[in-house]
This record gives sequence, structure tokens and C-alpha cells, in this order.
Amino acid sequence: MNHSYFNDVVVYGPGFMAASWLVLWLTISTIIVSWICGLAAALAQRSDWIAVRGVAEFYIWFIRGTPALIQIFIIYFGLPQLGLRLSPFSAGVFALGINSGAYVAEIIRAGLSAIHKGQMESSFALGFSRAQTMRTIILPQVLRIILPAITNEAISALKNTSLLSTITVVELTLYAQTLISATFRPFDFYIAVALIYLALTTMLTQLANWLERHYARMS
Amino acid sequence: MSPAPAPLLRLNGIRKSFGTLEVLKGISLDVVQGEVVSIIGASGSGKSTFLRTINAMEIPQQGTIDFGNFSFDWSGSAGRRPSAQQLQQLRTEIGMVFQSFNLWPHMTVLQNVIHAPVMLRGVKKPKAISDAETLLDRIGLLEKRDAYPAKLSGGQQQRVAIARALAMKPKLMLFDEVTSALDPELVHEVLTLMASLAAEGMTMLLVTHEIAFARDVSDRVLFFDQGVIAEQGHPDQVLRDPESPRLRQFLHRILHNDTRHEVSP
Repeated sequence: MNHSYFNDVVVYGPGFMAASWLVLWLTISTIIVSWICGLAAALAQRSDWIAVRGVAEFYIWFIRGTPALIQIFIIYFGLPQLGLRLSPFSAGVFALGINSGAYVAEIIRAGLSAIHKGQMESSFALGFSRAQTMRTIILPQVLRIILPAITNEAISALKNTSLLSTITVVELTLYAQTLISATFRPFDFYIAVALIYLALTTMLTQLANWLERHYARMS
Repeated sequence: MSPAPAPLLRLNGIRKSFGTLEVLKGISLDVVQGEVVSIIGASGSGKSTFLRTINAMEIPQQGTIDFGNFSFDWSGSAGRRPSAQQLQQLRTEIGMVFQSFNLWPHMTVLQNVIHAPVMLRGVKKPKAISDAETLLDRIGLLEKRDAYPAKLSGGQQQRVAIARALAMKPKLMLFDEVTSALDPELVHEVLTLMASLAAEGMTMLLVTHEIAFARDVSDRVLFFDQGVIAEQGHPDQVLRDPESPRLRQFLHRILHNDTRHEVSP
């Protein structure tokens, strides 16, 4: 054993950096997809139409009751059988976004139920439509309430990107595995991966804390 | 003899049921411009539900409403059943204040007041702000313009809620037990504001338990009982010399607990 860690950073650093950027992009894309799915499902659950409610209920039930890994496999390996072939990146983002969306929907639903019905009434009484009321009165309040829960969900989404190593997305985990198979140093590289994830999740938490303080000043 | 003015608001045969429970059993009412009408009655008599049917916060099953350019038939005959857009239009011209204030906690006092004029009337923001400042000055809360509602007392919140409704320049104001959630020492400031509105000629309908206020400020008092207007008339007559035993009983009960806010209009 005769190597310097400084040398490792020089040799493998750029590769880890690129993989970290990919994780960041995967996470941001996943969060966007999950918020769209989650908001749509949460609002659909309050729809006047039973069929719309039914679709939302089924979505949440199916996603929460099956493993994320299987959902990823269905989209990446399963859909091509039906003629829909996605790149590993797209398949991964859709799979993780749809998965996380079900949890986001539950978080938003809880947030919505925490808003007093008088908030909607006073808005309707002034002449606002349902959509205007949701957008300008209800959702801004819900966002503040759900910020801690939604942060946890974003952190899960970030960590779940490691599952995409199984569908050839060269994110941190798969990158480390290729290095390990060449160098036989699993401890070093998995520790390095863990530390990078830790740095990323800590950044996300800090961002959420800052937002929470920002909103706390306002009320 | 001057001709009777055309009513600002005309309701005819308003009926409303929740399931099998009939809450409003065919209510008809004309309100003229500038009139102040107080509605009293025991809880469950239908008075709040009735008030809420006027701006369609509750949708009646039957009856007609005529208000300004609006003419709706709730039973849906002759295609006069209003669309969602028509209901929103109607509501922009009728102000409503609630028991629980319902200010929006994520907006400052000023933002609460300008939100509807800017979004619904297309008023330019600088104009909306100066209008709002005039209103806030009038209710004595101009220095709170940048405060969030959580920092205000209940009485202050309710005054802002009134200002928020007034910012839309409504032709009619509905007050639904607006002092019932307030600490006794805060009731007076809200009633004083309402009395000054009445004195300026605002057309108002109010559901209230403040009998002294109803007597001092109203042109007419309606007594609701079991979904009908059981008795109505000038406050001196209805409140001092009630005809029906049920109203006599009701007044007796409520005056025992009345805090007697004397407000001169």
C-alpha cells in the first residue's frame, strides 16, 4: 500500500465532480417532476369528479406500495417492450419524479387540510375564482407549512438517485463501482461517495433552513 | 308623496335545504339603497345561511335575486341560473365580513387590502396603494400597513377585514356576526366603524347579537325563527314592543347577557 490520497484527488477528482453534477441535475429534474405530479395528484384528490379522484388515489396507492427500484425497471426496461424507449437519464428522472410525486401529494394534501376554510371563503366572497384562490391565497400558505416535510422528500429524492446506477446512469455510485472494479479499493471509494452525498444533502438542508427563516420573518 | 325608491336588492322565495333539513323556507326581502337591516334570531334560525345566500356563498335551491344588473333564478328556470363567472362578478359588488376575520396571514395589511382591486378590478398598483392608505387611515390603522395580521389584535384584524371588503367599493355590505369572536373590550371599535359606515349611507345587512347596536343603527330589524322572517319592522317597534311570544322570549334571553354597547351613529 503505497499511495497518497492527494494523488487520488488529482486523478479521480474530476470524475467525481462530473458525477456529482449529474446527481445534482438528476435531483433538480426529479424534484420538478415530483412537484408537478404531487400538486396535480393533491388537487385531483379534491376534485368534484369521482374518476379524477380515483386516478389520484390509485397513483398514490400504487407508488407507495411498490419498491422504487421496480418502478425504475418498469420504466427503463419495461416500457421499450411497449415501444417507448427512454434514455437512462430521462427514464431515471421520470421514474424517481413519479415516485417522489406520490409522497409530495400526501405532503401537500396534509398542508391543504391545515388551512382554515375561512381563508378560501374570504377569497371567494371578494370574487376570486377557485384557481385564483388556490394560486394566490392557499398554495403560498401551504408552501410555508410543508417546507420541512418537502425538504425531507427532496433529500430522499437526492439519495434515491443512487438507484439509477442499475440502469447505467453514470452517477456517483456507478462511477465509484467502475473505479472499484479497476482498483479493488471498495472502502475508499464508497466512503468518498458517502461523503459527497453528505455534502449535497447538507447543502439542501441549509437552503431549506434559510427559506424557513426567511418565511418566519414574514409572519 | 314621494315614490318609493326601487330596491337595490330584491330577494324572492329563497329556499335552502341541507339534506332533509329545510333551513330557509321561502324568504323574500327588499332592501333599498342606504338601508341598514339587522337580522336577529336564535342560532339555527337560518339567519347566517340567509345572509350567505345573498352573495351565493350558499347556493339556494329556489328563489330569485335581483341586485343591480344581476337577475338570477336559483331554480334554473328560463336560463337565469348564474354561471361561475357571474357569481364571481356578483361577489365583487357585495362586500362580506366574517366572524373569524379571515385575513390572509401571508400578506401584510396593505397587501390584504389591495389584492382584490389589483387582481379583480385591474386597478394599477400605485393607485390601489393610495386608495388602501386612505381606507387604512380612515379605520385608524395606517401605521399598521406593513404589519402581518398575526401582529394585530382581533379588533384591528376585523377592521382591516372591513377595509379589505370596502376596497372593492361594494354597493352592499354583509356582516356575519362580526363581533362574536372578539374579546368584549374590542367589540366597540368594530361597531363604531360599522356605525360610521351606516351614517355615510352604506347599504348594510348584518346578522348580529348586539341588540343595542341593532336598535341604534338599523332602519329595520328582521327576526328569524325556524327559517322564516317571523317579525320585522322599525327597531323601536320590533325590539321594544315585540308582537310574537318567541321574539319576546328571545329578547329576554339575549338582553340578560347583552354587554350594551352604546354607539351613536
